Order: sequence, then C-alpha cells, then structure tokens
Amino acid sequence: MRPFTYERATDAASAVKAVSDNPNARFLAGGTNLLDLMKLEIEHPTHLVDVGRLPLAAIEETADGGLRIGAMATNSLVAADPRVRARYPVLAQAIIHGGSPQLRNKATVGGNLMQRTRCAYFYDTTKPCNKRQPGAGCSALEGLNRNAAILGASEHCIATNPSDMSVALTALGAGVEAMTATGAVRALTVADLHLAPGDTPHIETALSAGELITAVTLPPAPTGGQVYRKARDRASYAGGLAMVAVAGGQIALGGVAYKPWRALKAEAALAAGQTPAAAAEAELADARDSGRNAFKIALTTRLTVAAIAQAQGGKS
Amino acid sequence: MSSIADWATPNPVTENRSGLIGKAVDRYEGPLKVTGTAPYAYEVEAPSPPVQGAIVTSAIARGRVAAIDTAEAEASPGVLLVWTHKTIPAQGARGARINPRSQRPSSPVMDSDEVRYFGETVAFVVADTLENARAAAALIKVTYDELWAVVDFPASLGLAENPPGEEDVRIGDFETAFAAAPVTLDETYTSPIQNHVQMEPCATTAWWDGDKVTVHTSIQMVKGGQHALAETLMIPSDDVHLLTRYIGGGFGGKGQSYDDLSLAALAARELKRPVKVAYTRQQMMLGTIHRPATIQRVRLGATPDGRLTAFALDGYTHCARDALFTEHFANFARSLYAAPNRLTGHKLVKMDLPGAGPMRAPGEASGMLSLEVAMDELAEKLGLDPIQLRLINEPERDPETGKPFSIRQLARCMNEGAQHFGWDRRNPKPGQVRDGRWWVGMGMAAAIRADYLLPAKAGARITADGTITLLQGMTDIGTGTYTILAQITAETLGVPLSQVRVEIGDSNLPPAPGSGGQFGASTAGSAALDAGMKLRVALAHLAVGDPNSPLYGASPDLVTFDDGKIRFGNQSEDLSTLVARAAPEGVYAEGSISPPADRRDVSLHTYGAHFAEVGVDMDTGEVRMRRMYGVFAAGRILNAKTAKSQITGGMIWGVGTALTETNSVDPRYGSLINQDVGGYLVPVHADIVDLDAVFLDEVDDKANPMGIKGVGELGISGAGAAIANAIYNACGVRLRDYPMTPDKVLAGLIAAGL
Ligand SMILES: Cc1cc2nc3c(=O)[nH]c(=O)nc-3n(C[C@H](O)[C@H](O)[C@H](O)COP(=O)(O)OP(=O)(O)OC[C@H]3O[C@@H](n4cnc5c(N)ncnc54)[C@H](O)[C@@H]3O)c2cc1C
Ligand code: SF4
Repeated sequence: MRPFTYERATDAASAVKAVSDNPNARFLAGGTNLLDLMKLEIEHPTHLVDVGRLPLAAIEETADGGLRIGAMATNSLVAADPRVRARYPVLAQAIIHGGSPQLRNKATVGGNLMQRTRCAYFYDTTKPCNKRQPGAGCSALEGLNRNAAILGASEHCIATNPSDMSVALTALGAGVEAMTATGAVRALTVADLHLAPGDTPHIETALSAGELITAVTLPPAPTGGQVYRKARDRASYAGGLAMVAVAGGQIALGGVAYKPWRALKAEAALAAGQTPAAAAEAELADARDSGRNAFKIALTTRLTVAAIAQAQGGKS
Repeated sequence: MSSIADWATPNPVTENRSGLIGKAVDRYEGPLKVTGTAPYAYEVEAPSPPVQGAIVTSAIARGRVAAIDTAEAEASPGVLLVWTHKTIPAQGARGARINPRSQRPSSPVMDSDEVRYFGETVAFVVADTLENARAAAALIKVTYDELWAVVDFPASLGLAENPPGEEDVRIGDFETAFAAAPVTLDETYTSPIQNHVQMEPCATTAWWDGDKVTVHTSIQMVKGGQHALAETLMIPSDDVHLLTRYIGGGFGGKGQSYDDLSLAALAARELKRPVKVAYTRQQMMLGTIHRPATIQRVRLGATPDGRLTAFALDGYTHCARDALFTEHFANFARSLYAAPNRLTGHKLVKMDLPGAGPMRAPGEASGMLSLEVAMDELAEKLGLDPIQLRLINEPERDPETGKPFSIRQLARCMNEGAQHFGWDRRNPKPGQVRDGRWWVGMGMAAAIRADYLLPAKAGARITADGTITLLQGMTDIGTGTYTILAQITAETLGVPLSQVRVEIGDSNLPPAPGSGGQFGASTAGSAALDAGMKLRVALAHLAVGDPNSPLYGASPDLVTFDDGKIRFGNQSEDLSTLVARAAPEGVYAEGSISPPADRRDVSLHTYGAHFAEVGVDMDTGEVRMRRMYGVFAAGRILNAKTAKSQITGGMIWGVGTALTETNSVDPRYGSLINQDVGGYLVPVHADIVDLDAVFLDEVDDKANPMGIKGVGELGISGAGAAIANAIYNACGVRLRDYPMTPDKVLAGLIAAGL
C-alpha cells in the first residue's frame, strides 16, 4: 500500500469536488473492496475522500410507489428493511447471498455497484491484465478462466462483475442517481451503469471521474413472483458461478458478464408465451465460452429455467 | 525402556483415580485466546520498539535475477534496510550442517541470484512501520532471465521416477491375479494441490542480546527451527533461543521454518533492534509448502462373493526439485484390506514449484480418496453393501507384514456407525431419493491412520506453593496439547488441575519432537507422565527422609499421591507443606520416553468409519452436506472435548477436500492461481450442518504407556471419499476428480441426460 491522505467528507457536493479536482483521489465508502485493492497495489490513490458517513443512508418511499435507497445505506440495512423484504424480496435475498455478515455490515449500496471484478489475474500484479494496465494483455483469455464471462466479453477482457445486489436491482429495473462535478444530480439505470469492455476494459462505468452515486431508485415492484438463485462452490461466502434474479416478468443474470445482465430476450420470449426453457435458451444463444468456463452456459441456462419456474409458482 | 510389555503395568494415567483423564476439560490457554491476550509470535512484546520487515517474492518459476533496482525503495520514507542476494549478510551454505547433530541444516535466504520457484524471496525491506516497509517493497523492480520450468504436473509424468530409496512393494503376483479375477475394477482418481491456510501466517519477532538471539516464531517443531536458524546464522544452537508459545494453526505447513525466521534474526543483528517479519496471505499460498497433487490408479480384482484377490494402488505425485518429499498415498493401503496379491507404489515428478510437504494426514488424506471410492464402486459391481465388502476383506493380521494388530476395531466402527447413522435406509440404487430440488444420497468410507511414538523428554517442577509446572520443548498448534499435558501431570501427581502450570514452546526446555503426524499427544504425553513419575519418586524420598514429615521412615515405594497430598497409610501432608519445609527452592525431575524396539513388531493404527449424507442440486450440480457422522477407535481418549474437536476438524477438512479445496498452477507462469481465502475455499459454517463423531472405548497398551493414540489426522482420512460416494448415491454421477465442484457434477448430470 502506498501512502495516501484522507479526508472525511462533510457534504456530497464538496466530496464530489474534492475527487473531480484530483485524478488520484477516490471515494471511500465501506472500504471492503477499495482497501484490499490498495493493499495489493492494484489501485494507488494518493487521496481518499470518505463518503461513508454522509447522510445518504435513508430508505424512503417515492411518489410513484417505489423506494429510494441512499447510496451509503449498508447492504445489511437494505436487506433488513421491512419494506424491501415485503415488496422487493429478490433484492433482500440477493444481498444476503453476497459476502459475509461482516462484509455486508460495512459494504454500501454505492460501493457494491462500483465494486471491481474478482478475476484472479486482475488481483495478481505479476500477471498481465488489460484492466489493470491497458494494453498489457489479458491473462485470463487462455488461462484458468473458470469464472470468466460468457456474455458481452471482448478479446481484451472476459472478466465478470461479481455483485449479487446489482443483479436484483437490474431485474427490478432500478435507477441510479449520481451527482456530477457541477453538483447537479443526474439519473441513469443500473443496467446502463457498466460499460462493455471492448478494447478499453479499464473504463468500467458510465460515471465520470468524481461522480458520486447518491441513491438507487426502485420503481414499484412488478407483479409476479420474485426469486433469487445463486450457484456457488460452497454454501455461503463465495462468489457466484451464476446468479439469476427474477421479478415478475423481468429477469437479470449475474456472474456471466461485465455487468448485471438484463435478460431482455428471455423476457420477450416469456411475454410471447414461450416456456422457461425456451426463454433461457433465447438469452444464452449468444453465449461464448473461453474454455474452462464452458460449463457456465449450461449452468446459467438451467438456473434460469429453474428460477423462472419457481417465480411462476412452481415448487423450489 | 525395554519392551512394550512393560506398558501393561498400571500407572496413574491408566488408573485414572481422580477421573481427570478423558474428561472434557476446557482449554488451558482458552481464556487467553478468546480474549485476544495470547501473544502470538508477531504480537510478542520486544524489549525495545521493533521495526518491521516486508518480503518481495519472485515473479517467475525458474531462472536468475538479472537486475534489481532498489534505489526508489531505499529512498522511500522510513526505510532502514534493503537486502537482495547481493547485499544480504553471509549465511550457512544451503543444506550445510556445521554441527552434525543439528536436526535441520542451514536454510539461507537469497543466497544466490537463482530463482527456484514462483514466490521465492528475492528482496527484503525493513522500515519503521509495516506500511512503510510494504510501500517500499512495492517499489523494488526486479528483472529476470527466465528459464524453462517444469510446472505442469499432468503434462510432466514422463519425468517421473521412483522416490529415492523406494521401490514398488509387491506381494504375490498382482498382474496374474488381476487378469484372472472374475470381477475387476481399474480406475484413476486425481486430487489437486491443497494449501494449509493456517489462520496465523508464518511470523517472527527477533532480537539480539550480545551474541545470542531470541526469536518468537510460529513453528511446529522447536528444535528443528532452532537448529535451522543456528546453521543459517552459523552460530552455536545454544545461542538461539526459540520460542513458539501460541500457534494459529500449523497442519503440517509449519513443520519447517521459512524466511521470516532467518530474515528477522539477520535484520535484528544488523539494525541492533528488534525486527518483526510476517508472510502475507499471498506469500503463504505461494511460498510455503503445499500438499501436492496426485494421480492414483486403483485396480481391484475380486471373487463374485467379494473376496479381494488382487489389489493395486499406484500412481504419481510431485515435489520441488531440491526439496524431496513424497505424498505417500499408497502406504496406508498396505495395512487396510486383505488380498493375497498386492502392488503399491509411488512415482515422483520433481518440479519447479514451491516445496511439496506434509499437510494434515500426509499420505492417508490423499490416498484414501481413491481406494475408498474404488471399494464403493466394486461393492456396486458385486451387488454388495459397501460395508459388507469391507467386512469380507477384514484381515486377521497386517496383510503385508503379517504382524499382529495392536488392536483393530475397524469393523466395530463401521457397524456402530451404520446403526447410528441409519445406513439401512440407504437405497443402493443411486438417484432414488428426492427432497424438493435436491437428490439425496448416503456414502461411507473407512478410515485408517498410522500411529507413531518418538523419543521425547519432559521436566516437572514443584515449587513451595505446591504448584507443579510441566516443562517441555513441545508445541500446541491449536490441538489441545497444553490441556492434555496439564491433565496428565495433575493425574500423575494427584493434584487438582488448578495446581498445574504448563510451559511449552521454548528451546531451553527438555526437547520433544513437536506437533505432527498425530504423534504429539502420545510422544509428549508419555514423556510428561514419566517426568511426573520421576517427580513422585523424588517427593517420596524427600518425605520419608524428612524427620519433620509424618511420612518419615516409610518405604518410598508405598507412598501414594492424591488430592494434593502425599500419603502413606493414614499419614499424609500437603505437597506444598512438604516442599515449603523440606525443599523450599523446589523439586525438579526429568523424564523421557523412547519407543522400545518391539513396538515395531505390531501393526499400530487408528481406525474409523465415516458416514455422509449429501444433497445434489438438480439444477446446478451444487453439493451440500446434510449430515456427517464418524465413529473412531483411537486408543484411550485424554480429553473428550479437545479430541472431538480434533476429529471433527479433520472431518471438516474432508468436506473441503471433497467439495471445494483446490489450487491450480497456471503453467504459463508457474504460479498458483488462488492466493487468498476468497479464492481458495475452505468450508464455512454454512457448509457444516450436522456433523458429529464418537470414539469407541479403547485402550491400546502396545502404543505407549498411556494406551492412547493420535487423533489429529484420523478425522480427515477417508472423509472426502465418504462424501464422493454419497454424491454418487444421490445422483448417479461417479466423480473421480477432487474437488467435486458444481461444474464437474453438472457435466455428469448432463452426460447422464439429467
Ligand atoms: C471476501 C469478499 C467476498 C465478497 N463476496 C461478495 C459476494 O458474494 N457478492 C457480492 O455482491 N459482493 C461480494 N463482495 C464485495 C462487496 O460486496 C463489496 O466489496 C462491497 O459491496 C463494496 O462496498 P464498499 O462500500 O465497501 O465499497 P468501497 O470499497 O468503499 O468502494 C468500492 C469502489 O466504489 C467506489 N465508490 C464507493 N461508493 C461510491 C459512490 N457512492 N459513488 C461512486 N463510487 C463509489 C470507491 O471509490 C471504490 O472505487 C465480497 C467482498 C469481499 C472482500
Ligand atoms: S479478464 Fe479482464 S480483468 Fe481478467 S486478466 Fe483479462 S483483462 Fe484483466
């Protein structure tokens, strides 16, 4: 870890200013991702702006009947909120499927959306990685890539986004509110937050430098069952091999791409009256493997079928 | 000591008059550990403020350091010292022993520009704080001349050779019998590289006082560490005081010392102040030893009624090019099942990887993964229950040596386990039991683990307040050694536990071999018993020779000890009274154990049977434990609580072995891919739902004077195979490649049209 300076932000606008003005500054929220990356010499910020204690942790009703969740709300707080549990059970379940209680107590909604990949080569600075060092090459392409992406990857990066929470948010059609350098708040969607790797896998989100996520907005819950399923190597505290969130007729996949993957083709197939199997196959028709992750295509297909069937009222 | 027959004579431990032996006594050092006040090696308070080291490791598997640029690191804030192979002080030559009696040779660090594995130390920084040391370490730039390296085990089997001094072991004529057998099985099983992932990394705090160095380090073998450091520093071992009071897990991985020890001592000498050095988690994964991968072939030939006529277990494993080690996966099988024609052996590939070495139950833990699945497969071919097949092949005597068993209760373990577990509810046809989206299945496996006894010494001292202190250069790696030594000492001297102290983990104390090979309790405990007996004799003589003692003039042989008192007939006095009056400076006695030659004339093992019930997710192939139960026969149990936590801990490692634990070498770089506990998955609480174990009542009076045996490694032996068999019974997918992760199970389900 390199030496850095630290300040605790007193309000959102000055936090945004502090980070936009300094290309080597970063927001620090729960720190569960950023501090690890700093200790491992993957990120080298020289200045941290701690936004974790900004008064942006409230969960409030919105006029349209949805919820607005402050970006600093911890994962534990969101998963335990009675309104979330009653109306958006898929979100509560997804969060509980992530990390450990200790991590969820620290991790924030904003930080979770912005967490970086768990690609083993990204974490090992002795190996080439385009995301860490643009142009260096991608070690995962021909490497031990068991957990690499099967959708939306490029020949420059096949990393996946590991978040559970954002898979449910994507299925729910959640929005993101972000404060830009001018102090204005703009709206985008969780589904559009992350950028395809293309030939710039180091550019990961649509946020500009210093832009601060202030809230996530949930539209009214869609009608229909909600289900979250995660396949993983052990019963708890493990990143997903594949995740599926179903909220009524809306579906998102996790662990399969650089972002939580809204399964629009599957949704369309279902809306057209096709079976869950046909819907899953429609979505995964474009899936491509890189070798050791080939099983994820079948795994994701089967998990999607099961989750849809469960949400439609079948037994689990 | 002349003969194992002497051990039939009763002693205070076997008589167990106050009932302390076997009792579920709480851990002696438990309060210190749970309150965070047990000083581990890195937390020990040094005599003056310490400075901190950070290690830089190689980024290639084999070659030479072409250049190292340390300029930036040297100019970095707080840096006190930067060493490379060019600047590190002189050390003993690799493998050299100035003192021929040293248990371990010199183990120099950065002794040349050569890189022998990915993760080897290539530079070292000391700074005022850990943060400054690590920041500076990250600024060191190393360039290499890389050489081709042997790092891909399955691709390198052509390089395999016999382990030094070993040949295949043949009994009868395996090939002919196998060819003639009416029912045969020939399958290959593979197990991956595993890491120990001890919670506490390797760590050392060192300081010097004149020519003498004191090191607090985390190591399983006190003398081994002391001697290795003395040879490395080229000083007499008496000038090295090594302490290892509390150890946050070893599992075999800390049977040797690592560079933290040498670097802390060298830097403390150079800087004339205490130095702390710890490995990072990544360095633990990359640069310490691991359990090597294996490729094992099992061939079984049987008669239609299930008698084995031909038996073979052989295959491949690997080790580092110049740190020879063999994972003896076939050895256990030489004592397990009867079969007239037998073949066992190992082939070793020397590779450019970090050292392969012992990890919990080296040999058995890997080997039982193959044979105990093969037996399940053979039972199915024969239409026999897996327990029945094993019972049919129970040998009368050790099947290879013909030696009598000291005691063998394997059949009882299997039968009692089956009854308790509800084995009769197992449907032998796989894929028949459903619970929601889960297929449910049961599996079992036998367990066997060799039992050892090594030479050791111990001291026992009583002071004027009546406190008895057991002193031994032994270690407690979290297993309960402190506690059982206290129990043995208390029972031997007839005093309450509260009157006993235990001091271990110190090279100044009477030596014991340390923790490993599940020989710790037997070895250290037998020496402790002897020390206690010697102290009894000294106290008896003290009392009968003291005119002020009520025991004055009695025969010392007839004196007894109980309730904190020394007694003859109806005369008694408190030990504290006696010592305070007659020997106010205290009384000290030393005892020892050395295994008699005829201990080798019996076949000595611990045994058990594992039962597992798993669920297999029909959609994903995820395997989840539902129940696990084990019955074990491991001699007399010294402490019901610590023994059970050892044996269930072993079973939990079996769960990890079966389901999650693996590390892989990326052959392009020669480095292990999983470098933290987020990537190398050991079981978590949610994986262990309902897991229990019992010990049979047993005394093995051929094992040692106490009739106990080791329990530390038995629990993992066979455990993973029981789970593999349960997976098959649940869903009909027979996997032979550990660990059995969802991708492999799913491939099997798809292949079966499920
Ligand atoms: C061992 C381990 C296991 C894990 N397992 C899982 C899992 O199974 N599933 C899962 O979903 N997650 C998992 N995680 C990831 C965890 O959920 C994330 O680390 C956490 O959500 C990040 O939140 P944080 O508040 O700690 O972010 P920080 O570490 O503080 O920040 C992360 C990044 O986001 C930026 N950032 C933070 N807040 C904002 C904001 N409001 N606006 C803009 N940028 C911001 C920071 O600058 C930084 O770049 C795991 C983490 C660990 C360490
Ligand atoms: S997949 Fe992406 S993150 Fe992983 S090594 Fe390749 S470029 Fe780096």
